Amino acid sequence: MSLPIFSFIFTMWVLIIIGGGLMVVFIGPLSFSGDAQLDPLINSAVKVLLSMALIFIWVVALLKIKNWIFGKIANS
Amino acid sequence: MEQLIIPAIIAITIAFFSVYGLTPFVIRALEKRNITVVDLNKKENTMVARPGGLSIIVGIESSLIILYIFFPISEILAVILTTFFAFIVGIIDDRKTMGGWFKPLALAFCAAPILLLGAYDSNLAFPLFGTVQIPLLYMALVVFIIPIMGNTINSIDVLNGVASGFITIASFSLSICLFILQNYEVGIVCLCLAFSSLAFYKYHKFPSKIFPGDSGAITFGVAYGGIAIIGGVEVISAIAILPAIINSFLFLSSVKKIVEHREIKNPTSHTDDWKLQSTSENHAPITLVRLLIAKKPLTEKQIGYEIFKLGIFSGILAIITAFMMGVTI
Repeated sequence: MSLPIFSFIFTMWVLIIIGGGLMVVFIGPLSFSGDAQLDPLINSAVKVLLSMALIFIWVVALLKIKNWIFGKIANS
Repeated sequence: MEQLIIPAIIAITIAFFSVYGLTPFVIRALEKRNITVVDLNKKENTMVARPGGLSIIVGIESSLIILYIFFPISEILAVILTTFFAFIVGIIDDRKTMGGWFKPLALAFCAAPILLLGAYDSNLAFPLFGTVQIPLLYMALVVFIIPIMGNTINSIDVLNGVASGFITIASFSLSICLFILQNYEVGIVCLCLAFSSLAFYKYHKFPSKIFPGDSGAITFGVAYGGIAIIGGVEVISAIAILPAIINSFLFLSSVKKIVEHREIKNPTSHTDDWKLQSTSENHAPITLVRLLIAKKPLTEKQIGYEIFKLGIFSGILAIITAFMMGVTI
């Protein structure tokens, strides 16, 4: 059994659920009003930037976890 | 629900038996024309027919066209067209090895039918927390999902039977999820993919008689991605293929650029008893297979089964996630 890989998959699953929660709770409801014509565009652009930041954090977290889990494989 | 059963049985039967029946003819035709490649993981110089994309696309498309006759909805038409365009991209890549960026860019254009037919819901659904409305961002997401799914499945096509076996497990899991979410029509579409890949696995499993090639693996991946979009199960579908995503993630985080898989150093080598072991080459990329054999060498068949175990685990997580979709905190 490849226990570290199973752990890695489980961690990714938990991170997906937490990341989804952050998207729905914080990023989804964000709304900026000003110029009525540009509002949808500005809202989407801000959401894109925040989502990308979230994905970046998600990838960095995964990299750290990956290094930690697979460091254990190398040492065993 | 009852009126779906007969079309479902007809479509699934066509999906399975068209691939099952056609693949031996494709194998013979390819071998006759010497369109074969060396199976690098066999001790003897075994030549294997490649690509088997033709029988896969016939199986998926014929079953979906039958399903479309019963249920003329734009979602099914979108998957039919997107999958067919992806197959064309795969065939081009099989005939002539293109650069690393060719496939992602060409596959992004394959998402056009989904966008033009409006076969998507711009609400992105997450478990426990509900949905988020991202109309413009979602269109960009569609253009990303198709090439990512196609390339992710293509990148796991490294050993006998792995790509077809893995997509069979993932698509059966996704079908269960779609039925749990009461999205029956798309669930049947997903079953067509599952049975097509299952039939192909019969010839692709160890020892392979045929390889799917880029045309086959990309067709599997893009059909899966298209189903995820039209079914509104993007997150669940990603969870079901987490081992393949890990493979791509490990590869990209070690290579740090997008390259054609044929351009990279082999991350494995053979022991005297012809098991696969992790290479000592520093510049070889880290992949899922390399991690599976990091502790001890395994046979090609054993590695395939290890990947299937990971696929089943991810499938179970996807099904748990589908149940969690109905619960809101």
